[in-house]
Amino acid sequence: MENRDHLLQYSIPQLLRWRVKTSGNQTALREKDFGRWIPYSWNEYYDYTRRASLGLKQIGFGRQDKIALICDNIPEVLFVAIGAQAAGGISAGIYQTTLPDEIAQIIDYLEISVVFCSDQEQVDKVLEIRERIPNVKRVIYEDPRGMRGYRSDQWFMSIADLYALGDQAHQNDPGAFENMVDEGRPDDVCHLCLTSGTTGLPKGAMMTHRNYINMGLRLTEVDPLAATDEYVSFLPFAWIGEQMNSFGVAMATGIAINFPESVETAMADLKEIGPHFMFGAPRIYETIRSQIWLKIDESYRFNKLCYNFFMKIGEKAAHYRMTGRSKPPVLGVLSWLGSVLMFRPLVNQMGLSRLRRAYTGGAALGPELFTFYQAIGVNLKQIYGQTEITGIAYVHRDGEVHPETVGKPLPGTECMISDQGEILSRSASVPKGYYKAPEKTAELIEPDGWLHSGDAGYINENGHLVVIDRVSDVMHNSRGEMFSPMFLENRLKFSPYIKEAVIFGDQQDYVSALINIDPIVVGKWAEDRGISFSTFMDLSAKPEVADLVYREIARINANAEQPHFRSCLWDHRVSGCYSRRP
Amino acid sequence: MPNLIVSDVTLTFGGLHALSSVNLEIQPGLITSVIGPNGAGKTSLLNCISGFYHPTSGEIHYKDRRLTKLAPHHVSKLGISRAFQNLELFSGLSVLDNLMLARHKDLSYSLLHAVFFFGKAARVEAENRENVERVIDFMELEPYRKQIVGNLSYGVQKRVEVARALTLEPEVILLDEPMAGMNVEEKEDMVRFIFDIKKEWEITVVIVEHDLGVVMDISDQIYVLDFGEVIGSGNADQIASNPRVVEAYIGEE
Repeated sequence: MENRDHLLQYSIPQLLRWRVKTSGNQTALREKDFGRWIPYSWNEYYDYTRRASLGLKQIGFGRQDKIALICDNIPEVLFVAIGAQAAGGISAGIYQTTLPDEIAQIIDYLEISVVFCSDQEQVDKVLEIRERIPNVKRVIYEDPRGMRGYRSDQWFMSIADLYALGDQAHQNDPGAFENMVDEGRPDDVCHLCLTSGTTGLPKGAMMTHRNYINMGLRLTEVDPLAATDEYVSFLPFAWIGEQMNSFGVAMATGIAINFPESVETAMADLKEIGPHFMFGAPRIYETIRSQIWLKIDESYRFNKLCYNFFMKIGEKAAHYRMTGRSKPPVLGVLSWLGSVLMFRPLVNQMGLSRLRRAYTGGAALGPELFTFYQAIGVNLKQIYGQTEITGIAYVHRDGEVHPETVGKPLPGTECMISDQGEILSRSASVPKGYYKAPEKTAELIEPDGWLHSGDAGYINENGHLVVIDRVSDVMHNSRGEMFSPMFLENRLKFSPYIKEAVIFGDQQDYVSALINIDPIVVGKWAEDRGISFSTFMDLSAKPEVADLVYREIARINANAEQPHFRSCLWDHRVSGCYSRRP
Repeated sequence: MPNLIVSDVTLTFGGLHALSSVNLEIQPGLITSVIGPNGAGKTSLLNCISGFYHPTSGEIHYKDRRLTKLAPHHVSKLGISRAFQNLELFSGLSVLDNLMLARHKDLSYSLLHAVFFFGKAARVEAENRENVERVIDFMELEPYRKQIVGNLSYGVQKRVEVARALTLEPEVILLDEPMAGMNVEEKEDMVRFIFDIKKEWEITVVIVEHDLGVVMDISDQIYVLDFGEVIGSGNADQIASNPRVVEAYIGEE
């Protein structure tokens, strides 16, 4: 494969310029507006970035200045972010759902001087805290709707005016922008990525150009993408999960980013684009599967029969594919037939037919979901990483999709398990630390570059990383044996009948669980067996349901890796503690 | 200078006086509301303005044009469009088709062009679609564009109804109870849309509404009808302190 390591010498704006030189007329971005997909070539991408950059310069935004982006997914967010980076500044994303009070704290902490908002909703939030953010010089907005009343106020500025300023500056000094871009260094901090702080304010990870580009290069070394591939941007831009794709993967590979018409239409727009790769939290994949189930359930009897028949074959074939073994010939023919007759059209209906691979990350996904997606021909794989390593550092390899693991490190990523059982990683995608928090940085990154994940884990016999839980959440029973509540909760939640589970047992003799049944699945189960019920409460109190949950837990207990991982089972039929008690 | 003037309009059905000597002046660029109890004649008044009924006596003028005897499609060509109280949409068509249909007055190509869809037909369709898309964007109907209207929730159908009136590129829009049957959130959305229709698109808005709270909050000018007569007019404060209005709404003390 072609070696693209030379791209590491560029900053993001420089890499954008390089893309313009190599493939200027190809589509870089696409936005759905007024019902049409409007393409932007790399040339236009660069032009808009130049206009935004010089415009920012004109309003006094200089090197090391910071701009906050409170935006929906629109192309302008990239123009402004990369424009700011080209000017030597630093961008920072704030979630659109953040409340004004928290926005004020973030702006204060990050020393923001310009804010870019997508619409009036965000502008109004910034307006509300105007007195508390004296250092903010300008608020730039993209959508002029509802902004009529603010026109006379010099504090606000439309993006059109910003572009106009940029055009003027470009006419006066055509070389200025190129010089600014030249000054960038790949190791400069380009973006402050907020990490979810569970207590207090989030921290801003100081991401460099190289962090993103390295991540994009390394991931696509494992899972290559063609420059003509498509990606749909629907994750919040403030999240590393979106930045790693739009800054990292797209820049490193030249794929096109597609922006949906609105948040509500994202899934319909995804269907129109048919992306080649996608990344999402487990919820998205659970939702898509539910939609498929629902539609099959409403379909004709013949369709259902075919679906059920081919699904069984598909799942069998999926096990071979996920473990990298070749299928027996009969299964091979049948699964090919299933794919042609059933699954290709089905997947096409969902807009996933062109997917080379789909990644899930952020939380655990049930193993049956991996099997399901692999069975219908969607290459769903687990990733693992954190903001402080640019999102993805570990990924399943094709043919090695083991749902209980998070796969192997990306090339160039080193992995180590500390004496405390914590996962440590080291790579060129580890940022410079937290903004204005040296003591927090010291806790995060060792002097020799090892990054603390805060997660406990181990490397299994195949060399795959297994993540157990947050180190701080790990519990010990009364005999001092260690167990992870999240790990056990996930095991329980993987059962289709169990929606939520909470594990107790810190310093106790045994592990116990509070279980919340899934009203839809269990309701359907009860209906199929002629068990009548009125409300959710009534359903959950049915002895048959208790039996069902009992059997589920007994099955999960039987598969427990360690004896003390088993939930204590009270046998409700004889009302006494079941013999599993350790 | 008012641009829509209703002077001395009386409408009778046999012996029943639906409207008696109603006088109204609607100022351009403002939100004017007509309120009143059930059966007060509010919808009859809108019907008279939009040409569905012709007043028994009296005159209606819009910018020096006499509307009194005009048919509804002529009134809409003059720039007055209307959204109905009881959704009058084609429930079997998609949102997009409903809106495109509303623009039939701008479909000025021949049958031959339409059959082969070339030249003028294609161009005019594209222009109309552009206009419709602007309205879809404005009324935030993107998620429903291709959905069948009958399957949409009532609140969304109301929005489609207003959107259809907007696709006619009106100068004056008549909204007949746009908030009826909506929940609080949908009402808030609708109020925002009405404000934006006034401010962003500079369209004169006439609302017939039941919900006094909403009317008092958003109207620049209010007329109160009772038993076909105007019993009060003015801004929100004047209406709230008008004894005849209080009597009609709350009853005699």
